[in-house]
Amino acid sequence: MNIHEYQAKQLFAEYGLPVSIGFACGTPEEAASAADKIGGTEWVVKAQVHAGGRGKAGGVKLVSTKDEIKSFAEMWLGKNLVTYQTDKAGQPVSKILVEACTNIDQELYLGAVVDRSSRRIVFMASTEGGVEIEKVAEETPELILKATIDPQVGAQPYQGRELAFKLGLNADQVKQFTKIFLGLAKIFQDCDLALLEINPLVITSEGNLHCLDAKLNIDGNALYRQAKIKEMHDPSQEDEREAQAALWELNYVALEGNIGCMVNGAGLAMGTMDIVKLHGGQPANFLDVGGGATKERVSEAFKIILSDANVKAVLVNIFGGIVRCDLIAEGIIGAVEEVGVKVPVVVRLEGNSAELGTKVLAESGLNIIAATSLTDAAEKVVKAAEGAQ
Amino acid sequence: MSILLNKDTKVICQGFTGSQGTYHSEQAIEYGTKMVGGVTPGKGGQVHLDLPVFNTVADAVAETAAEASVIYVPAPFCKDSILEAVDAGIKLIVCITEGIPTLDMLDVKVVCDREGVRLIGPNCPGIITPGESKIGIMPGHIHLPGKVGIVSRSGTLTYEAVKQTTDAGFGQSTCVGIGGDPIPGSNFIDILSLLEKDEQTEAIVMIGEIGGTAEEEAAAYIKQYVSKPVVSYIAGVTAPPGKRMGHAGAIISGGKGTADEKFSALNDAGVTTVRSLAEIGNGLKKAAGW
Repeated sequence: MNIHEYQAKQLFAEYGLPVSIGFACGTPEEAASAADKIGGTEWVVKAQVHAGGRGKAGGVKLVSTKDEIKSFAEMWLGKNLVTYQTDKAGQPVSKILVEACTNIDQELYLGAVVDRSSRRIVFMASTEGGVEIEKVAEETPELILKATIDPQVGAQPYQGRELAFKLGLNADQVKQFTKIFLGLAKIFQDCDLALLEINPLVITSEGNLHCLDAKLNIDGNALYRQAKIKEMHDPSQEDEREAQAALWELNYVALEGNIGCMVNGAGLAMGTMDIVKLHGGQPANFLDVGGGATKERVSEAFKIILSDANVKAVLVNIFGGIVRCDLIAEGIIGAVEEVGVKVPVVVRLEGNSAELGTKVLAESGLNIIAATSLTDAAEKVVKAAEGAQ
Repeated sequence: MSILLNKDTKVICQGFTGSQGTYHSEQAIEYGTKMVGGVTPGKGGQVHLDLPVFNTVADAVAETAAEASVIYVPAPFCKDSILEAVDAGIKLIVCITEGIPTLDMLDVKVVCDREGVRLIGPNCPGIITPGESKIGIMPGHIHLPGKVGIVSRSGTLTYEAVKQTTDAGFGQSTCVGIGGDPIPGSNFIDILSLLEKDEQTEAIVMIGEIGGTAEEEAAAYIKQYVSKPVVSYIAGVTAPPGKRMGHAGAIISGGKGTADEKFSALNDAGVTTVRSLAEIGNGLKKAAGW
């Protein structure tokens, strides 16, 4: 789960890390009056969305009057911000963060992630902050410094010092950096993070380290023990259909093709999309109905798939392990009747009671095409989608 | 021969009296698995599925000499359950549960490695040695005793590979679902090294998916250490790059992790790769010359 920059900074402040004074505002008036509360003559206004690349997209601005703050807020509140990290529609802006202005001398990068290979939390730091850090990693990997955290003892001060000295910081900054490093390691543990990133971590013109941005991603599996962070969830930042699917414990991701896919198991769902593409089709979605494909959930899955107007045919691919295919077939029939599916539906059932399931479908009198194998299913659904166009 | 599990392996179930534990233990007993009891704290002394229930894993091991444990307890309690099994001397732990916090697994993995415990999963279908024993949720009836070892990150994709090897008459030596979590108890290399040494296994099917670099690491291992024919399929060629909030994930993988990169690493290692998951059986015929 992602949280907003302003929420991440509130968390940083609680852990004593240096962040700017700021207020997250929902109206232009609120934003303008935030400037009074902060004081000074220059402020930074930042559109709050769950995506990076906001600066280049016009979602971050340095301003020196309250009118400018107001017009920035008017321009973005209720609109979508499109960055290189979002899709074409962008992400809706419902809060503007108004912050005290920071005078920047140098921009650094500091991030941390759970590294699958070493099975450790790994911190990464670089002198090349403020830019697209993945380019730095690809073109000049030697500029990314790393520190690996031992799960049994946690982050140690010497690791922070090592990074800081390699970054070329002075004695006082080394102390500040180490404090930030240890604070972030504690947040990572305490809050079950999957990823954190400060880009940029700046050296101010006064020579102090300051967290100018903050991105946090929390392990979704750990939300049951992160009540405070769970409350920070902003459903407006998620795809509506994906959120609806999640309510039914369906795993759905919208894509740009015209063949709807309903599959049990994430791996098989990806494998099904791949085979559709291999036979010249374009999948409209990824959808995993999970192990317990009940009639209700199959029905909901159909509704979600068909809410995409591009869908010209649907492929249902179920490998009945423990669940019986004839029961799933009845679920499909019930769902097709209830939802009123107008497009052709190709069904491939395999495993437990598959033959009986296929027979039930064939005798239903509905527009359901039974497939005899995975390849057969892919060929039939691609043909069906072409025929419908 | 087989790996990890055979008809004599004594197995207990943690979360035995719950609905999942009960259902899958019944299925396992029916398949022939040597289930010797189960653990549900507070229900020690009861009898469930004609088997003794214990309060602790230590009690169960003392009474039954169990060697393996299968875990069906809810995700928030899995770290505790795995560590309890390790402490009681269990050397093979299969955790079926999905949704375990990643940071829990970092700790669990350190302890399992230190104590020499083989952990399979979490978030996996389990292990089966066809015709002998199964620990997990896979449907027994699609399997056939035979000569192909299967290792996979995905449950239902494993079933596809099993069905194709059964239909072709090759059968399976042992099938291991290592699970789809970022921090699995065992990775491809752990299982490949066991299958390489196993006499019954004549060829290996490895099923991967996008994300992480486990397949690339496995490819490097195969190139150096695996002499048996390997067929591999990677799911997710068409999956778009996910919406990401930051870049740290991409940085750590150094741009690795796409299906194409995995396919090319495997091809370089001499693995027979198939682009369609329906071609796994045919890939085996080609790779093994059957």
